[in-house]
Amino acid sequence: MSAALESNPGVPASARARHFVALGTILRREIRRILRIWGQTLVPPAITMTLYFVIFGKLIGAKIGTVQGVGYIDWIVPGLIMMSVIQNAYGNISSSFFGAKFGRYVEEMLVAPMPPWVVLTGYVLGGVARGLMVGVIVLAIAMVFTRVSLHHAWVTLSTFVLATTIFSLAGFVNAVYAKKFDDIAIVPTFILTPLTYLGGVFYSVAVLPPFWQRVSEFNPILHMVNAFRYGLLGVSDVPIGTAYAVMLGLVVVLGAVSIVLLRRGVGLRS
Amino acid sequence: MRTPALEVEGLAKTYANGVTALAGVSLAVAEGDFFALLGPNGAGKSTLIGIVATLVNPSAGRVRVFGRDLASEREACLDQIGLVPQELNFNQFETPLEILRNAAGFYGVPRRLATERAERRLRELQLWDKARVPSRTLSGGMKRRLMIARALMHEPRLLILDEPTAGVDIEIRRSMWQFLKRINEAGTTVILTTHYLEEAEQLCRHVAIIDHGRIVEHTSVRELIGKLDVETFIVDLAGPAESIPALDGIEVRRLDAATLELDVHRGQDLAAAFATLNRHGIGVRSMRNKANRLEELFVRLTGPAASTSGRAA
Ligand SMILES: Nc1ncnc2c1ncn2[C@@H]1O[C@H](COP(=O)(O)OP(=O)(O)OP(=O)(O)O)[C@@H](O)[C@H]1O
Ligand SMILES: [Mg+2]
Repeated sequence: MSAALESNPGVPASARARHFVALGTILRREIRRILRIWGQTLVPPAITMTLYFVIFGKLIGAKIGTVQGVGYIDWIVPGLIMMSVIQNAYGNISSSFFGAKFGRYVEEMLVAPMPPWVVLTGYVLGGVARGLMVGVIVLAIAMVFTRVSLHHAWVTLSTFVLATTIFSLAGFVNAVYAKKFDDIAIVPTFILTPLTYLGGVFYSVAVLPPFWQRVSEFNPILHMVNAFRYGLLGVSDVPIGTAYAVMLGLVVVLGAVSIVLLRRGVGLRS
Repeated sequence: MRTPALEVEGLAKTYANGVTALAGVSLAVAEGDFFALLGPNGAGKSTLIGIVATLVNPSAGRVRVFGRDLASEREACLDQIGLVPQELNFNQFETPLEILRNAAGFYGVPRRLATERAERRLRELQLWDKARVPSRTLSGGMKRRLMIARALMHEPRLLILDEPTAGVDIEIRRSMWQFLKRINEAGTTVILTTHYLEEAEQLCRHVAIIDHGRIVEHTSVRELIGKLDVETFIVDLAGPAESIPALDGIEVRRLDAATLELDVHRGQDLAAAFATLNRHGIGVRSMRNKANRLEELFVRLTGPAASTSGRAA
């Protein structure tokens, strides 16, 4: 009864191989989407980052002096990169997957013989790819304003991958529950932006009273920003081990939630 | 007896809003068949197809695709099915070529083979000159054909089409019929829903009629037409007639002075009726069926008067 594959020469006989073709297809489609609508995906972070560097780095930073022994403009570079990277990873998957739901073409994937992990991984890699493109652009802008250093390449790279994965997964969960386009703006506005501003992008939490320092430790973005800053500058407000534990924990939890949602077809199947 | 291409058993669906779309449907479609699923609006056809394609979760019942259980062997089943849904569901910003290559990719067809297949299908369905334009600029009929091409990218053994020719002009519809016939002759089992009964009569060998979520008829198209025991004809007279004689058991209604409607039962003699009319000096100019034969049956099986007699079938 395996006539299907016999009648389909040229298609890999192993399910795993076919899943990888499917995964590559989703990722390629995501990348094409990012490049097709580059005015919405790649230009805005370039503009905001330029403004941040000019205003906070040059104008205000000149009056602040140094933080943790680093000039202020250099000190905020890692946080600014991390901020735009995670916002874009989140925005990519939430609007792309919601768009697929809204335009019904998510059905193309639902009726195909793909397990949930293939769909999820394809979209998450799309979010990571968007983060990478935005990260490179923002880094280039940073290099216009200052000299960017790199202390621990592996910490930088792994933090980048973990953070974009976390926010891609979160964007995915958001898209699954969203019923209209407004619903994918709620989380960024009310959760993501406040957590980012309170996540030690612009200040060291060491300046906070002890109570607020303790509270800040529950903010996952603080850990990502500091791990990234450690990678680039070699300084951090939080222990690196804790930062990795937080990030890995979030990947596992959000990944599991996403798989369950996909398997059950929440928001996708009636 | 070969394993049926599709077998559903006791399929039921009540949506979250409480609407019961399917109330226990069982049917089988033999491999190689060309099968029509007919029924009025809201009968549950798309729900049934949605369940088979795993877009709708069933409330009860099971589905087998070439002998495999859909719930426990989802991927193996989906690999065999090509779906053309009722509503457009492709990304309107992508080009037909992209849409087809991606669809193939979702089934594990490598890129190069996908490109070859996409080109072949686009040519066959007269879409090749639109291969690289955004699909939102295609006409309605072109979009329908694009969805047929998409459903064939992984060369499924079972093709399911939900109203593939809705809103398509006669010429294109005819060429789609030819295309589907060829696909079926090449060995693919085809199931389609349609509101054009001529389409079912032209294409299909077997038929199921579904109404209010239940199967009211499941038979061959030929047998179904054979079941038709009354046919209604419209007769145009040569000139206005003052009175119409009794026509030996044939029920006659006058539509206007020169037009009659006759209900002719099986075995009744239409020639004798015309002879009687002639004897009374009433000439017959022409005659035609009031409706497509299948249409008449359909209305009888699913119309309001059918609710008792039809259900028993
Ligand atoms: N997602 C849904 N949620 C709630 N009710 C639904 C949903 N989809 C369909 N229904 C209801 O289920 C019933 C059957 O609908 P279905 O689409 O299966 O009919 P159909 O036979 O395909 O009709 P048509 O010929 O008009 O396409 C209808 O009463 C419809 O309103
Ligand atoms: Mg329908």
